[in-house]
Amino acid sequence: MELIGIWVAALLTLCIYSFLYRDNPFYRFAEHLFVGLSVGYGIVLTFHQGFIPFAWNPLQEAVTKQEWVGLVRLIPIGIGGLFFARLVPSQGWLIRYPIAILIGVGSGLAIPNVMRADIFEQVHGTLAPFAQIHAGELGPFQIFGVVLMLIGVISTLTYFFFSVEHRGVVGGVSKIGIVFLMIGFGSAFGNTVMGRVSLLIQRVDFLLHDWLHLI
Amino acid sequence: MIEKLMNIDRRIVFILVALAVIIPSLLEVSFPITVSQPTRSTYDYIEALPPGSTVMIGFNYGPSSLAELHPMAKAVIYHCFQKQIRVIGMTLLAEAATLGDNMLKDVAAEAGAVYGQDYAYLGFRPGATQVLLGMGTAIDSVFEADYAGTSLTEIPLMADVTNYEQVDLVLDLASGSSTEWWITYTNTRYNQQIAAGVTGVIVSQMYPYLQTKQLIGLMPGLLGAAEYEKLIDRPAKGTEGMSIQSFAHLLVVGLVILGNITFFIQRRQGE
Repeated sequence: MELIGIWVAALLTLCIYSFLYRDNPFYRFAEHLFVGLSVGYGIVLTFHQGFIPFAWNPLQEAVTKQEWVGLVRLIPIGIGGLFFARLVPSQGWLIRYPIAILIGVGSGLAIPNVMRADIFEQVHGTLAPFAQIHAGELGPFQIFGVVLMLIGVISTLTYFFFSVEHRGVVGGVSKIGIVFLMIGFGSAFGNTVMGRVSLLIQRVDFLLHDWLHLI
Repeated sequence: MIEKLMNIDRRIVFILVALAVIIPSLLEVSFPITVSQPTRSTYDYIEALPPGSTVMIGFNYGPSSLAELHPMAKAVIYHCFQKQIRVIGMTLLAEAATLGDNMLKDVAAEAGAVYGQDYAYLGFRPGATQVLLGMGTAIDSVFEADYAGTSLTEIPLMADVTNYEQVDLVLDLASGSSTEWWITYTNTRYNQQIAAGVTGVIVSQMYPYLQTKQLIGLMPGLLGAAEYEKLIDRPAKGTEGMSIQSFAHLLVVGLVILGNITFFIQRRQGE
């Protein structure tokens, strides 16, 4: 059985890589198979790990133990069920209710936490080292890093500040911002190359080791 | 000549990249690996934990990122078992549910760890935000049973782990936005210590969180795996992969330089 699995995986790998030559039916077969399997697997798992423990089991328990208060879960289940109203075009408007609740709850949960995690903490992280400089806790290289980071943050933000025309001082600062952005993109590109080559290495290792036993 | 180089068939580049990976794989070459500070910080934090501590690992990557994150997961889990640190696995992605389960079982078999005492696997629950926030109140309010369906009350390890207060570190192994979710909802709200191991594609986005100490450590892709393997003195797929990776990187750097030289020559000729 394991041998069959290895052969199927190897042939599907070759089907996918055949796209590098040009689009062909083998690639499309493997692509469609992957999409279909992923969706099917996701639906089944979400049903078993989401619907059964959070909806079905509590309701069943409420009915069998005659704990009718447990039926209160029918309210969120019913609201969730309104997502399927899209399947009946004349009743499609009902989907607005679960979407409104999701957006409201999601925003309420996210906004304060995102503000703190992505704005306040980041501003603090950029400025706090200056207190360390003032206290004489940082060496010359660390001070250089702290100042460089502040210049990077200010110039990059200036580049994205479109309320003022980018001329004169603002234009100069935003050009420095472009340099920092380019360094950031270069770093992201380098890491992406590493990531993509890692995938190729793993597939080559699978083909040469597990399938062909060459290494 | 310049014209030919600028219009080179992309398939020739693909063949060169394939050769740059296949030939070193067959020759089994190896290069020394230097450990970076973000990976060392993760290792040091786990190394400093006393036996009996608890690390929660989020397996938040699918099969398409397995190459980068599986070796990393293996190295960290082995380190935890070696240090008698208990591991609780879970995932926020449906497609990762089986990957995490298999990984924990494989490493546990190698390290002699026992299910229920040394590790547990909770599996997947939909709704990432609700899962992360719910576990802050009570883990069993989100996972009333483990992945195999065993009630958490029957798992000895979970007897004294009710919420994040009993979790010493969360390690998120991610190929998407999950590390940001952990930081936003778990670090910010519950002050939970978080480390991350992420794919190369998203590692650049994670450095700001490292600088602010919202992440205590960060492992970048296959390189992070190789570094961690070196720290625990157990070379495996990460170390092998990074040696091969160096050849592919040399080729890419060479092609970038060649592309730039030909571009500037062509532009000068045009002027």
